[in-house]
Amino acid sequence: MPNTFTLIQSVTVGAGGQASINFTSIPNTYTDLQILVSARGSGNRATVGLNLYYNSTTTNYTYRRIDGSGTSPDSSSGASPSAAILQGGNSTANVFGNYSIYIPNYASNTNKYASSDAVNENNGTQEYITLSSTLWNDTSAINSIQLTPTSGNILEYSTAYLYGIIKS
Amino acid sequence: MPAGSTYSTIATTTLGSAQTSTSFNSFSGYTDLVIVCDVAFGSTSNFQITFNNDTGTNYSNTIMVGNGTTAVSDRQSNQTRIVMGYNGTTSGNRAIYNISLMNYANTTTFKTALIRVGNPGADTIAQIGLYRSTPAITSIQFALQNGGNMNTGSTFTLYGISAA
Repeated sequence: MPNTFTLIQSVTVGAGGQASINFTSIPNTYTDLQILVSARGSGNRATVGLNLYYNSTTTNYTYRRIDGSGTSPDSSSGASPSAAILQGGNSTANVFGNYSIYIPNYASNTNKYASSDAVNENNGTQEYITLSSTLWNDTSAINSIQLTPTSGNILEYSTAYLYGIIKS
Repeated sequence: MPAGSTYSTIATTTLGSAQTSTSFNSFSGYTDLVIVCDVAFGSTSNFQITFNNDTGTNYSNTIMVGNGTTAVSDRQSNQTRIVMGYNGTTSGNRAIYNISLMNYANTTTFKTALIRVGNPGADTIAQIGLYRSTPAITSIQFALQNGGNMNTGSTFTLYGISAA
């Protein structure tokens, strides 16, 4: 019997950073996908956005999100694949945020939904817990995923693991 | 269950026709449960869960909701089910649910469900539900809150997690 929860690919960002974390050639043999990320961005801010793209497509996305920053909670939405708020280059040194992204039925012929939980803690200000729902209004099967910051690069020592979950 | 398997698929259902409810009825030998639902709504409603076919006022929940403009927190007590959702999913749309039931089989504590709802057309939700009953959970029931249909293609998968 195949394993239910299997590592498909892993990425560890090396020296110099990289513009995005990419998972390619994702097999269509699983039911759901889960991505677990530890990351920090280089953008010249305490936080930057982290977008979740599929199949290198940059259109037909929406998101809806709730944030907690240590004061009053906030909610936002928009026409982008915003999956998380990423720890930025101006945040406390050596701090990396943690993110979990779940994508059910990624290989189906229906529009693609994802649920993301993201946490950053800075021992300071302007850090967030974010819970996001994203929609890719496209019925194509997902065969690649790109995690891309809205500004700057993803820094060295960031990691991301793509797992496949199979229901039978 | 294969020896040494920590995370196992117990059961899965894909609706071949619209129906008003579905359930999981046979699961034992695990420590925790995870349920993933991808629901296609046949009418505008929220989604609900009950346990052991119990429809008494034994449920409560606290919820945190972001609808894209406003963040709210709310709670309901003495309910006949745990309603997973807040602003409703529009008929024809889908929403995804990830439900964790830790220690579901113990017979000394009330049962707690940790729920995440992804409903990009309406809201994003984190929710905690309480089932005030000490017997083990032996069945789980799903339906739309308004009694309407869940459409063809809706999927429900039950996973078991073993601590040893």
